[in-house]
Amino acid sequence: MTIREPHRYPGRLIVVEGIDGSGKSTQLSLLQTFLQSEGYDVSFTEWNSSPIVKDTTKRGKKKNLFTPTTFSLIHATDFADRHEQSILPPLQAGLIVLADRFAYTAFARDAVRGCDRDWIRNLYDFATRPDLALYFRVDIDTSVARIMGGRMQLKYHEAGMDLGLSPDPIQSFRLFQSKVLEEYDGITNEFGLTVIDAKRSVVEQQREVRKLVKPLLKGLRRHGLPRSAAKTTVEA
Amino acid sequence: MEARFYGAGLPKCDTASLPGHLVVLEGADGVGRSTHIELLQGWLEGHGFAVATTGMVRSELTRKGIKAAKEGHNFDRTTMALFYATDLADRIENEIMPALRSGFIVLADRYVDTMMARGAARGLDREWLARLYGFALMPERTFFLRLDPDELIRRTLRRGGELDYWESGRDIGLAPDLYTSFRKYQALILEEFDRLGERYGFTTVDASHGVEEVQAELRRELAAMLDPSMFVTAHDGTD
Repeated sequence: MTIREPHRYPGRLIVVEGIDGSGKSTQLSLLQTFLQSEGYDVSFTEWNSSPIVKDTTKRGKKKNLFTPTTFSLIHATDFADRHEQSILPPLQAGLIVLADRFAYTAFARDAVRGCDRDWIRNLYDFATRPDLALYFRVDIDTSVARIMGGRMQLKYHEAGMDLGLSPDPIQSFRLFQSKVLEEYDGITNEFGLTVIDAKRSVVEQQREVRKLVKPLLKGLRRHGLPRSAAKTTVEA
Repeated sequence: MEARFYGAGLPKCDTASLPGHLVVLEGADGVGRSTHIELLQGWLEGHGFAVATTGMVRSELTRKGIKAAKEGHNFDRTTMALFYATDLADRIENEIMPALRSGFIVLADRYVDTMMARGAARGLDREWLARLYGFALMPERTFFLRLDPDELIRRTLRRGGELDYWESGRDIGLAPDLYTSFRKYQALILEEFDRLGERYGFTTVDASHGVEEVQAELRRELAAMLDPSMFVTAHDGTD
């Protein structure tokens, strides 16, 4: 199975994408709470969190060792490990897997860093195609306003400081993420991401997210429900 | 040397002038790669060439991480291929390219071939692997020190060595015992190397010959590549 073909696992894979400040993590966390309260088994994984790769990424960032190529490769390594350990087993077991960022993040960012688009796509060819990929689209001003207004800090690589676009982190973030937004538009068409207008309120967006997720839940096992309800689900 | 890549190459990497030479020695653990690299280095330096050496998992970025991953139980084939690719990319950009720009002869103890062979032996798609390593600079010469698995086992064991877990492919369950697993795995690796040799055209050296004989062959080949006239001395090149 590849990132371009539907998977045949009993579980469901739902991913969120978008630049920093798009609100995607907030939306995914609300969705997780909702699904769990509905009795579904949910598993969560996020970008850049593999236990065997983490230290290398940290060292590379701290010592400024990365080039566009190694930055791209280490993220693919991280993803491969999580795909094997944290995405495939729950999908095979019939769980709902929620992923905060997916291969599309690499397609967007690494291309802006100058890596060859076909080469990046090949790196992630082994990835399972999500059942639903939500792209939270915001304009750069909204994103910057949210980041500056919140507790979030602009990180060196998120701001694209490694590209030397501007010595000012905020200006660099604007320039870098504007290019990332352009890449996302192409990716949205290529891989059929579902666009969510992320300028709207949290509640409005979550309502739309749940509506989109609902058809995917059919046939999934639920637990912790009253006996009769559980029975109905099984029979349905 | 000319900057040619296996695929798309490296973004933001200056390849305009590479007066140095990249030479790769491939082969299983125990065929004598490091011995031959050491001998070649001494010989080349004796003739006035600047030599740099590099080898797998020696990159500053990934050395510790890969070592730790190999000690654990959760290192699957795709993650492994990508982690080693990160190591190679880091060394190409931060060690090999700068040395080549400065006119060094870079002797590499293993290169993409080992990684492609290991990945393919573990069932990864060969085309995927070939595209993955598309960033890698093609060496000017690759020498594959070839030895059959039975001889490899004898050589390793009579020196008091052990059959390595990963070099025996223990992670892919080829056999219940170490010896059989090693033989099967190394046979798979040889098959892959033969395939790679056809595809990328490297020079196979029979490593069952003695060190002197193998070294002499390597020196003849390198002298021809560099400039034969530089190696005409009182010695005949084999010391």
